[in-house]
Amino acid sequence: MHREASIREPLVLGNPTYSDITRDVLHTIENKPTKGWKILMTIASIIAVWGVGCILYLLGVGVGTWGLNKTVGWAWDITNFVWWVGIGHAGTLISAVLLLFRQKWRMAINRPAEAMTIFAVFMAGLFPMIHMGRIWMAYWVLPIPNQFGSLWVNFNSPLLWDVFAISTYLSVSLVFWYIGLIPDFATIRDRATRPVQKLMYSLLSFGWSGNAKAWQRFEEVSLVLAGLATPLVFSVHSIVSMDFATSVIPGWHTTIFPPYFVAGAVFSGFAMVQTIMIIVRKVMRLEQYVTIKHIEYMNLVIIVTGSIVGVAYLTELFISYYSGVEYESYAFINRFSGPYWWSYWAMMTCNVVSPHLFWVKKWRTNLTFTFIMSIVVNIGMWFERFVIIVTSIHRDYVPSSWSMFHPTWVDIGIFIGTLGIFSVFYLLFLKYFPVLAFNEVKTILKSSGQQYKNMTDEEFHKLHPVKK
Amino acid sequence: MSDKTIYAIYDDDYVLLESAKHLVEKGVHIRDVFSPFPIHGLDPVIGLPRTRIAIAAFIYGMIGVSLALTGMWFFMIHDWPMNIGGKPNFSLFDNIPTFVPVTFEFGVLCAAHGMAITFMLRNWTLPGMKAKNPYPRSTDDRFVMEIHTHDNEVSEDEITSLINQTHVLEIDVKHS
Repeated sequence: MHREASIREPLVLGNPTYSDITRDVLHTIENKPTKGWKILMTIASIIAVWGVGCILYLLGVGVGTWGLNKTVGWAWDITNFVWWVGIGHAGTLISAVLLLFRQKWRMAINRPAEAMTIFAVFMAGLFPMIHMGRIWMAYWVLPIPNQFGSLWVNFNSPLLWDVFAISTYLSVSLVFWYIGLIPDFATIRDRATRPVQKLMYSLLSFGWSGNAKAWQRFEEVSLVLAGLATPLVFSVHSIVSMDFATSVIPGWHTTIFPPYFVAGAVFSGFAMVQTIMIIVRKVMRLEQYVTIKHIEYMNLVIIVTGSIVGVAYLTELFISYYSGVEYESYAFINRFSGPYWWSYWAMMTCNVVSPHLFWVKKWRTNLTFTFIMSIVVNIGMWFERFVIIVTSIHRDYVPSSWSMFHPTWVDIGIFIGTLGIFSVFYLLFLKYFPVLAFNEVKTILKSSGQQYKNMTDEEFHKLHPVKK
Repeated sequence: MSDKTIYAIYDDDYVLLESAKHLVEKGVHIRDVFSPFPIHGLDPVIGLPRTRIAIAAFIYGMIGVSLALTGMWFFMIHDWPMNIGGKPNFSLFDNIPTFVPVTFEFGVLCAAHGMAITFMLRNWTLPGMKAKNPYPRSTDDRFVMEIHTHDNEVSEDEITSLINQTHVLEIDVKHS
């Protein structure tokens, strides 16, 4: 038996049996939807429908309905894109990187975080596509044989790298997530009593039987996929940052961008996981499995990545001065003292100052405080992208073309709408999919479960007699 | 010779693992084990060779890398060379730095999906397949050992008595 040091806090509280774990996680799937879920679903659907309406209006009328102008060609659209991709980073990081490091606390949060990743990347992918204006030509980003003189896409361009990075990331995350879901679907299938439910989960579980060879392959696939997804996570946001870093715009043209964007993505991703999990664990009564310790671990990741982001901001600022390049310096002076000073200082407060409050143990183990902080970090990270994008371009080389960006109702509507669409997907996931990877939680019960932690070997063998 | 299937049902992974060790020591061959989650350390006990799926993934990845490089050579160097931003486009070698991201992404794409498809096919778990676990609770909290009399030189009675020495919950014998 693998035993853990007793000073480590347990990851499964109470004294659940294997079937208790199954029941605790599946009670929402096996029972009728609650009133709260229906209310939330209604609100989310209304916002989602509004968002879809705004998108259709945009596609009908054209990108001119956004507040973009000749100087500010990228604004909320790309801000939202980078923000959503960033949020989509925690899921695969939790499931892949923490798997490689054998972190047991990942078991309780990997499934909801991966779901968040996938839905967030859906939202992210939407923005570059609608930004094209003519979305029905979106397939032109693929190298498809054509009759325009055999004109190919430009593989030297980071924008095209992004197409490959985001689509690979989305599909690999989806596969990773689904393979993990199959055994859990099989459990639901075998417990289902209603015929429609049985049929649905039979289809979803692909006839999984849980025999020894299948589990062996399952573990190998998870491990190799984690090994592949880990560099993938880092590459995706590096490539997103290269959309900016390889251009010659002061404020964008910096080599620090890839690591800085990756840290920022992990930072915002974990914040979003906190926002979601703090509500989900309470509403779905999963406090036993997603413990305060889990929340604290995620807050520690937030401190680390928040500090990296802070160092990056200050390095960027210092180098702009130290480089002696006037344009570069001006871009940064304009950021913190120009007309968009408020967004810069909002970003600095939310991302650089606030995560350090988590050094206080009492605060980082407090749910209300963590929840508020997670929202603050999300806002801060949205402003980070806004600052990078809009303040770098709104005052370019020619002062006569300096301008400001004013979002229109379509800009705002689409952003709010994506929050609604995301929520609809997420609420459906919460109702119909196993929220926790409960079969994986069972594997850590004996090493990290509360009742097993302080058991002596004699007590353990008494409880689990092998011979009659 | 008629084959009989003996199912030994346990309620704990640790107990099943230790019992399996005991049975194998006595020369019983265990055909398969059904469990709700992977039991670590079981594979060598029941004599399962290590899966080669990771090697397959590596091969898929290499195929992806070669395809990506060949494709980009064809699109950018051979078929329609263009001078974009002064970046060299006369030979693959000169252009390789800008091809790294896509090569990597495409390699990962092929490795991950190839492995996932291989996993599904080898397990024969595909949409619409019927599950083969003998007891529905084996995906919840039951751990089932499957022993075929056909595989064993030891007689059925002897196997059952060996199983009965362990802390088994239930023994079920089925004719096939």
